[in-house]
Amino acid sequence: MAITKEDIERLADLARLNLTPEEIEKLTGDMETIINYSMNKLNELNTDDVQPMEHVLPVRNVFREDICEQSFDREDILKNAPEKAEGCFLVPKVVE
Amino acid sequence: MELTKLTACQAADKIRKKEISVPELTYAYLDKIIELNKKIGAYITVCGQEAEKQADIVQKKFDKNEELPLIAGIPAGINDNICTSGVLTSCGSRMLSNFVPPYDATVIKKLSQNHAVLLGKLNMDEFAMGSSNETSWYGQVKNPWDPERVPGGSGGGAAAAVASKMACFALGSDTGGSARLAASFCGVVGLRPTYGTVSRYGLVAFASSMDQAAPVTRDVADCAAVMNVIAGYDPLDSISRDSGYEDYTSFLENDVKGLKIGLPKEYFSGAVQKEVKEKVLDAAKVFESLGAEIEEISLPLFEYALPAYYIISSAEASSNLAQYDGIKYGYRAQQFEDLVDLYKKSRGEGFGEEVKRRILFGTYVLGAGNYDVFYNKALKVKRMIFEEYQNAYQKVDIILGPTAPSTAFKIGEKTVDPLDMYLIDAYTVPVNLAGLCAISLPCGFDSSGLPVGMQLIGKPYGEGTILRAAFTYEKNTGGNGGIDRGV
Amino acid sequence: MEYEVVIGLEIHAELATKSKIYCGCTTEFGGEPNTHCCPGCIGMPGALPVLNKAVVEYAIKAGLATNCEISHYSRQDRKHYFYPDLAKAYQISQCDYPLCRNGYLEIEVNGEKKKIGITRIHIEEDAGKLIHDEYGRGTFVDYNRSGVPLIEIVTEPDMRSSAEVKAFFEKLKAILEYTAVSDCKMQEGSLRADINLSVRPKGQKEFGVRTEMKNLNSIRAIVRAVEFEAKRQILELEYGGVIERETRRWDDVKGESYSMRTKEEATDYRYMPDPDLYPIYVDQEWIEQIRATIPELPDDRKKRFISELGIPEYDASIITASKPLADFFEAAAKESKNAKAISNWVMGDLMKKLNDTGLEPSDIPFAPGNLARLVSLIDENVISGKIAKQVFDIMWETGEDPADIVEKKGLKVVTDTDAIRSVIIQVISANPKSVEDYKSGKTKAMGFLIGQIMRETKGKADPQAVNRLLKEELDKL
Ligand SMILES: [Zn+2]
Repeated sequence: MAITKEDIERLADLARLNLTPEEIEKLTGDMETIINYSMNKLNELNTDDVQPMEHVLPVRNVFREDICEQSFDREDILKNAPEKAEGCFLVPKVVE
Repeated sequence: MELTKLTACQAADKIRKKEISVPELTYAYLDKIIELNKKIGAYITVCGQEAEKQADIVQKKFDKNEELPLIAGIPAGINDNICTSGVLTSCGSRMLSNFVPPYDATVIKKLSQNHAVLLGKLNMDEFAMGSSNETSWYGQVKNPWDPERVPGGSGGGAAAAVASKMACFALGSDTGGSARLAASFCGVVGLRPTYGTVSRYGLVAFASSMDQAAPVTRDVADCAAVMNVIAGYDPLDSISRDSGYEDYTSFLENDVKGLKIGLPKEYFSGAVQKEVKEKVLDAAKVFESLGAEIEEISLPLFEYALPAYYIISSAEASSNLAQYDGIKYGYRAQQFEDLVDLYKKSRGEGFGEEVKRRILFGTYVLGAGNYDVFYNKALKVKRMIFEEYQNAYQKVDIILGPTAPSTAFKIGEKTVDPLDMYLIDAYTVPVNLAGLCAISLPCGFDSSGLPVGMQLIGKPYGEGTILRAAFTYEKNTGGNGGIDRGV
Repeated sequence: MEYEVVIGLEIHAELATKSKIYCGCTTEFGGEPNTHCCPGCIGMPGALPVLNKAVVEYAIKAGLATNCEISHYSRQDRKHYFYPDLAKAYQISQCDYPLCRNGYLEIEVNGEKKKIGITRIHIEEDAGKLIHDEYGRGTFVDYNRSGVPLIEIVTEPDMRSSAEVKAFFEKLKAILEYTAVSDCKMQEGSLRADINLSVRPKGQKEFGVRTEMKNLNSIRAIVRAVEFEAKRQILELEYGGVIERETRRWDDVKGESYSMRTKEEATDYRYMPDPDLYPIYVDQEWIEQIRATIPELPDDRKKRFISELGIPEYDASIITASKPLADFFEAAAKESKNAKAISNWVMGDLMKKLNDTGLEPSDIPFAPGNLARLVSLIDENVISGKIAKQVFDIMWETGEDPADIVEKKGLKVVTDTDAIRSVIIQVISANPKSVEDYKSGKTKAMGFLIGQIMRETKGKADPQAVNRLLKEELDKL
């Protein structure tokens, strides 16, 4: 399967990654290699009757009880924020 | 006496006999770090003052003859993807180069409760993605055996620190083999616990379905001792289970009689280096001479583990790393036009190339139209591999193979084609994919004097068996002596 | 051409749990920004989710109360998109394996009954809140709401008018209130609806192109949005235009919807099973345990009100549509011997007060017993119906007992015939013209005289006594 620069740009957009032209160049080739390698390899196997396996342990129903616990101090919640104001994280104006 | 040459168990014994003090031991390690870290680059952050303080506190407890856990007072290094309250936790990434968590990972809490002395945070491949420690924002970690070579990855800092005596033991992580691979390249011991045995709470997620913290130690006994501290059910991690083990050190028996050890023929054909193969087969002979039964087995799906692993781990990584958006913490680009631009530039500048490659691949395999072809297919292959190992364990107790296809390679040797690098993980990833446990331990040296690592793979919750086999091997082959020849 | 409107709803209801869905932070509304937060709900590295059991139970309860099948196997998935209110950049939701499926609710519009299908109900986490800075610094993010548990209820495109939408929504709201699955406080965003709407020429089988309006948070807005959007689409088609598949924003102030400019690339949410969470398995025993906790639902209560309390069907359906109102009514009716009168008061003066003040039935400022006693005062002829309205108003203001109000204000009916007779004689002598009119057969004059007497007695004279005595006095002349 051929992977184009446009494919990479679209993926980068979806993943919100800014890439330099050099990165796009390099990653286009890399991705084509990895995608084809993994796809071709796995396609050697017939998996028609196999159930996908999300978890290796056959566990289900792991719950916590509905009990309130102390939240963190706001100072700790915000201390790593690149920008904050009025007890909130601050981001550039969100246009809807 | 060179204090830093002691294993954790030996040091613990001497502390109790008052032959050495905890501050003495701690200073010895801090001195070693001052001496070597510039050269090796194992630590990102050194917590000298805190370590000294902690050492004094623990020593006072010993002076009062308090009964303390084995690792009390033992100086340890922590992988930088394990959250430490108030201490930079960078994951080797520019993205988190300013992130100071307000909380401790469960494993850190456990180490603290056991009064270990934390020396600092260890370098690693960015977000644990890499096999050579060449992707860290904080620079290359060098292999203590040969500074021109890689220490393995992603836990290069952990293995190099333990091998070069900058830490008595280290806490690494093992998602696709990080701890074992680096342990094998640096000639130390690394254990990948059965998935769910060690709480992942506070271990920064890479591939959630496979992430586990992992002890990296001088010898097998230390490994069991560290497992005693970090294993256990944690209500903060839904995945975590009670493994049923009360004391991992109880398996440290010099006895492999009747133990069935399988040698998968697929592990010994193909890309594996001749010298590595020979050393591992020599180890098999040692086991045989000690009364173990060696049996050749076949695992035809071996070669499919790697592609399945890369699809699943990259998909999960693309999801887990989405939260690094320059809003709540971490790197934010200096200049941006709007919100979308802030996201793209912060992530574009904050992540290195390997991380971006995996995010893109992960985004691709989960994308509309690709999910079934890639991700779901990989989950099916995962089941097939899981079942293949289950079947193998009907016949044998342990599977033996190399940890890596080669010994430590030269820095820059495999950075051109990412597939070259990925293939280094071929022997470690099946364990993670199939939910097994495995221990990597040194089994000799190649002709350039580089350590060779072998891997004993156990079934889920088979830690007792692999610890016993590894311990027996160590006892009968002169222990871990080799690593003393480190830098 | 005649058109048919096709409407489906996606309704988000905040569950009434104490703590969030995946962490122990409180779900309490309000609070200083970012004070109900922990590493988990702000998406900090290393934090992990642990599912709140009550979330599953509430969702199953909602499913059972809306006639859904409960899935034995269900799973939580990650839905990825970047937005500042979404802390982890993915929302934990359910994609292919929701907890509940294939339910329905029966509604009644203009006497016609109709089943509205419920495709699915799944659990998911709410996002944080964005606050726009008036000083232009940007947008503030508050994650207090991040991780508050929601159920999303998705209906089939079975509704055909705003009246049906209203009936369905009210019914659903009542059920969620009755089962205490959600507090349904729409002004706090606890219950909100997305509307999917399309139109097609009557008789056409295929659906038209649909638009989506998100986050409508009042019944009035839902009704108006449906009506506006239906009209807009029909006009568009009438004039040869085409409907674009898009998300539109409803502006409740202007009373119109506008396009939010469709993004060129369709969103690719890249759903994947969440590796941090094990599947949910619900066995029959658990389902039955939850079923046993479901209280009487609106339909059953309505039937009971009609049969046991003898109130009209129309009144019963209005009253039972709101659980707090029905609770109020039932308590008052039980205490009074005259359920019919209670129902009249509730349907009349009480509803009007609620409407005028904008209060919710849960906020009625006096106890049900007070209304029961007010009705008794009328029935026992202690006060007149007219005076009762005054007493009701005072009760609303002060919450006082009606008997105390009557006592304090001296509003008791005057039954003393001597006193009434003397007022009558006085009124007769003051109005000779009316007396003459009466004598000449103009019965209207009688009404005028009664009015004068009531005015003189400030409405407190027993009307029956007035009638009888006035006739007597007039006949004497
Ligand atoms: Zn929280």
